[in-house]
Amino acid sequence: MRAGNVTILIVDDDQDYLYQLQIKIQNFGYQTITAESQKEAEELIEKVKPDLAILDLMMENEDSGFILCYKMKKKYPDLPIIIASGVTAETGISFDINDENNRKWIKADCFLDKGIRTEKLKEAIDRLLEKS
Amino acid sequence: MSTLKILVVDDEPGIRSGVTRILKNFRVDYPFMDEAFDFEVLEAATGEAGIEIIENNIPDILLLDNKLPGIQGVEVLEYIKKKKKNIIVVMITSYASLELAVKATSDGAYDFIPKPFTPQELKSSIENITKRVFLKKMTNKLQDTGKQIRFTFLSMLSHELKAPLNAIEGYLKMVRERQLGSRIEDYDTIIDRSLDRIKGMRNLILDLLDLTRVESGKAKRNITDVDLVQLARTAMDTMRPYAIQRDVTLTLHGVSPLIVQADSEEIEIIFNNLISNAIKYNKEGGHVTCDLQRTDDCIRIKVEDSGIGLSPAEIEKIFDDFVRIKNEKTKNISGSGLGLPIIKKLVDNYSGRIEVTSIPDAGSTFTVTLPI
Repeated sequence: MRAGNVTILIVDDDQDYLYQLQIKIQNFGYQTITAESQKEAEELIEKVKPDLAILDLMMENEDSGFILCYKMKKKYPDLPIIIASGVTAETGISFDINDENNRKWIKADCFLDKGIRTEKLKEAIDRLLEKS
Repeated sequence: MSTLKILVVDDEPGIRSGVTRILKNFRVDYPFMDEAFDFEVLEAATGEAGIEIIENNIPDILLLDNKLPGIQGVEVLEYIKKKKKNIIVVMITSYASLELAVKATSDGAYDFIPKPFTPQELKSSIENITKRVFLKKMTNKLQDTGKQIRFTFLSMLSHELKAPLNAIEGYLKMVRERQLGSRIEDYDTIIDRSLDRIKGMRNLILDLLDLTRVESGKAKRNITDVDLVQLARTAMDTMRPYAIQRDVTLTLHGVSPLIVQADSEEIEIIFNNLISNAIKYNKEGGHVTCDLQRTDDCIRIKVEDSGIGLSPAEIEKIFDDFVRIKNEKTKNISGSGLGLPIIKKLVDNYSGRIEVTSIPDAGSTFTVTLPI
């Protein structure tokens, strides 16, 4: 897939974080579309199918990211999804979905911490795009 | 392994036995949970029998049919709400009464499952609820051990203080890495945004100082005769530039002098917060009216606006620390979430009370009553 034709959906209720992530990803050479809530994202995916989605975990509810991920995978089973969250730092709950057993419950392809470095983020996105 | 108790209240024996059968060997296990959950199903054929079980053997989850032979499902829901039972309620309902189910969710039901449902539908609903129960248990556990992070004042505060720092740090990194290219003008938006976040943080700190004063400064209170009309006028004069900027008209009704025994700084905080909120959450071309009256036994301060208004559910929350109403209309309005809690605490110090009436999209009226 050519970078310029790839559209990445970013969903986050923090408009500053959303904007900063959007610029980073555009600088990687990808196009972006954004939504500021689970609800807005659900409406958006009715109209567009992105090539990859990055979802915040806690938005309207503490599990908005999970629910959104579930619904997106139901609609587009092959859509790679990254859940980005600051939750580890705040609650101490850590996620591990590298285990095959766990993957079938949470259908996200990848969990990232919100403070992740730019290169790491690019690596993760490119790896998932390559696979799909 | 942890077992969650599920109570099914439905007059159809087929539904009850179906739920029991489907959930008998069902397990929910997530990587972020310490343990897996399985389920024990209790059954009741009527609302009355359901309530009896709730009294003796409280379930974690209640699957509730609305159409029951005796008392109706919504009445069971009301009972749970009134008794403040910690139960997650899911309405089971036929498609024909979906409207009712939606109403029930606004009355406290967590979700609803339309009847007839497939085993998979029941399972995925239970899976979602289990996740919620888990998060709740986690929160309670952390609270019990004093390690609760998210909901204590200090952690909320550190979150509120960290959020603008993270945003500003992110923007500065964008500048350092020239993420928007080499033209300085292209950075105007993010500079403005950073300045907004800094301003928000400064306001938060000012509100915190007010709050500290309210909570610890009782010894320093300086009670004298103060003229409320005069103080209200000063507050309005302070806010006028802001009101002009937002195209909001300010009006004051009250005959000076209106003397009460109070601490003038505290009364100023009350006026400043009420009036600035009324301007902030207003519409362009709107108005704010402050009305001051004395009756036989009290003083009434009424601040009325023509702004975005509040729903009944929002009114219930607005006096809690750090609560901010998040919706389309408030998206671009910043605030510390401490203004109203501060007023509430101050008003309590005077044995007074504060009340709100509001119509969404038409405006809100905040009324403070102080006994004399």
